Amino acid sequence: MVSRGLSRRTLLQFAGAASLPLSSGLFAGAARADASTLTIAYNVNLPSFDPTVGLSAVNPTIQSIYQSIFDPYIGQAPDLSFKPGLLTKWGWNDDKTKVMLEVRQGAKWHDGTPVTPEDVVWSLTRAADPKGGNPIQFVWSKVGNYKIDGNKITGDVIEFEPTLFKWMAFLTGYVLPKAYFEKVGAEGFEKAPIGSGPYKVDAFERNAFLRLKAHPGYWGPKPAFETVVFKFVTDSTSRVAEVESGGSDVTFEIPYEEFDRLKAKPGLVGQTEPVSDIAMIFITDIDPMLDRNVRLAANHAIDKKAIVDRLLKGYGVPISTLEAPGYAAFDPSIKVAYDPELAKSLLAKSGYSPEKPVKFTIQTTRGFKPKDYEMIQAIVGMWRKVGIEANIEVYEIAQHFELRARHALAPAAFYNWGNAIGDPSTSTGFAMFGPSPHCAWKGKDLVERIGPLWGEKDEAKRIAGWKAVDKYIAEEGEVIPLFQYVQPIVHKKGLKLVPQANGMILPQLITPA
Amino acid sequence: MRWGEIIKRLVLIPPTLAGVGVIVFVLLRIVPGDPIAMMIPPGASAADIGRLRALYGLDRSIPEQFVSWFTQVLSGNFGRSISLRQSVSELILARLPATLELALVATLIAIALGLAVALSGVYFRGRRLEWAVDGGIGVFLAIPDFLWALILLLSFGVLVPLLPTSGRIDPQIDVSFRTNFYLFESLLRGRFDVVGALLSHMLLPAIALALPFAALIARLLKASLSEAEDQDYAQIARARGFARPAILLREVFPNALIPTIALGGVQITLLLGGTVLVERIFSYEGIGNMAIDAVINRDFPLIQGLILTFAMLFIALNLAVDVVVTLLDPRLRHG
Repeated sequence: MVSRGLSRRTLLQFAGAASLPLSSGLFAGAARADASTLTIAYNVNLPSFDPTVGLSAVNPTIQSIYQSIFDPYIGQAPDLSFKPGLLTKWGWNDDKTKVMLEVRQGAKWHDGTPVTPEDVVWSLTRAADPKGGNPIQFVWSKVGNYKIDGNKITGDVIEFEPTLFKWMAFLTGYVLPKAYFEKVGAEGFEKAPIGSGPYKVDAFERNAFLRLKAHPGYWGPKPAFETVVFKFVTDSTSRVAEVESGGSDVTFEIPYEEFDRLKAKPGLVGQTEPVSDIAMIFITDIDPMLDRNVRLAANHAIDKKAIVDRLLKGYGVPISTLEAPGYAAFDPSIKVAYDPELAKSLLAKSGYSPEKPVKFTIQTTRGFKPKDYEMIQAIVGMWRKVGIEANIEVYEIAQHFELRARHALAPAAFYNWGNAIGDPSTSTGFAMFGPSPHCAWKGKDLVERIGPLWGEKDEAKRIAGWKAVDKYIAEEGEVIPLFQYVQPIVHKKGLKLVPQANGMILPQLITPA
Repeated sequence: MRWGEIIKRLVLIPPTLAGVGVIVFVLLRIVPGDPIAMMIPPGASAADIGRLRALYGLDRSIPEQFVSWFTQVLSGNFGRSISLRQSVSELILARLPATLELALVATLIAIALGLAVALSGVYFRGRRLEWAVDGGIGVFLAIPDFLWALILLLSFGVLVPLLPTSGRIDPQIDVSFRTNFYLFESLLRGRFDVVGALLSHMLLPAIALALPFAALIARLLKASLSEAEDQDYAQIARARGFARPAILLREVFPNALIPTIALGGVQITLLLGGTVLVERIFSYEGIGNMAIDAVINRDFPLIQGLILTFAMLFIALNLAVDVVVTLLDPRLRHG
């Protein structure tokens, strides 16, 4: 009998066929990529490919991805020291009125065309254009009028910027392909970006993953993995699940409790390294922080070691200035001791005591950094014992930026400050110099001390100057540095990962053990 | 609802969306958080900040900004994302299909589960099993979708790693899709290997979204079924010797379905709203996940575009439910 409708057999066949992909899919989750693929569960999404323009260009967390695809002008070693990148030589002339750059020969873009000095000059000129949208334009615009001679470039110094070459290793300091960019335009570049870095873009699913393939024409050492996948897993619980289930080979920025649990598991390895991020409390120059005794008491009442040990499970390095160990102006002789009795006596001089406390608000994020809110709760508890009654106000990080730019932060405000180039101008400088939009303490005392250091041409004198400023700030209690962060990294056994002090997870530096 | 009322609802859509647009636009500019403050470079001067503000049109007054944005929206242009530096319309159109496919699969799972649980509950009416069903419905209703997401993530992603825990598709799979409806396209092209990969990624987030919705369907349908089973027509059928399962399925179920669709259908919007957190937890690349980034970055044009999109979806779904109920219920059709 022939039926025009579906017979039971046909239905069963169809159901069987339909269930096959699902059942195979169930186990596809357990199927892993081959050995030539490295999968990194990454903590932020990639908003944009152009590493020189817009919001993402100044997001330090994204730089690992950028440095996989693009070459910085100058490279940076794991210990924050500088090494050749696309520039093999760089420097000032004797009177520091000119910069001299030498471009690497033999480097190629991902489309096979050579990297030229014209690319470098075009990238620098584009970065300096006020209409170009480069957030670090204020640095790049201090040099101009470039001239090319073979693979050598000279440029005129418009205004001396001592950190110019340091910036060439970090935010927006990337060389882009002039001819390709001009051909495809900014929109075209976003859709099909090319760089000269160790990996080229193979596939990109926004908010999901970025797949990279090794660049055969790369000038540096051949990467160990042919394919690298950055999975964008923004939730830390999900990142833990990714590495624990074997879905990813490497992850980082996970809670310290999870880090301790994961590193004890067979098949996984845990690594920690102090990075160039610090936790700090901004002090705004408004009442009651105009009282030096209150500021110093707030500093001396905090047991930073106890916070690190108890809340961060020991993963942190207490600091006394905004310069962490490894920064160019770090001075271990500057100490702000934990001394609750001193704090009490300082407050007593201003008429405060535990019975009659000084009152103010402290703002903090909650969940933006590990244990941020809990940490502030602990600090408020420590303050209470000496005569400070602080009211905690939780805000989003976006609010923090807005309030800071308007000089409208509360008397105390928790924040974390990154300084991947390790220069004092990008830590103490921008955080404490009154005219900077990122500064909460606008006092003239610091403006007068810091001002001359911006253009100081003698490097030794410049660093010594910053150390003196840090000492003064510590003595006046104009900021509360807390600790240097330690980055927890978990990866599969059988991999060798070189931790970077700037916090980057660079796939080109991950190799089979 | 009569057809005339549906037409009236259609007419009201543009002013409703305009109202949503005004509220979102004004609220975003009143609540703290400024996108420009987030991208101020370290050494920026007041002039630099002013230049950045002008670049994104945020230097103008709020009414001026609104008029400019609304004029663009009327021509189908939602503006340009501040953080992603791409057309908001293009960004949303690229990601919306992922959310729609996820919501559809979640709805199908919820309907299947809800029907099965409700029918079982009514079938075992008055017995201990009914208590168990009622208790189970209560538990599943009480646990929100994002918590289910975490439970499922840890259960089937870590403890028993059967399913992938992030993304929409395996990064290793090379498929060039013509549309962003990956699941439908793969089905139409007969690429069942890709369908399997997509479903394996979709299953955990879809179940997380489906469980509370399934419980809601089960509760509504069970109540309607119980009520309908007590009606005269069902009692007469029983007296005439028809088996109870047959009465439940053929007589009671169709009558109980209409109120369930009317009440439960509207709740699909809750499921859609749930995608925001669930997509985030499973790193699923839909508009929900994108919305969180947009809020973190205070990307005003993108937030505005996403909220208008969600509003349009909610209105369309509510309208679709009303149309379905009107089609199913002759009393509504004919007044």
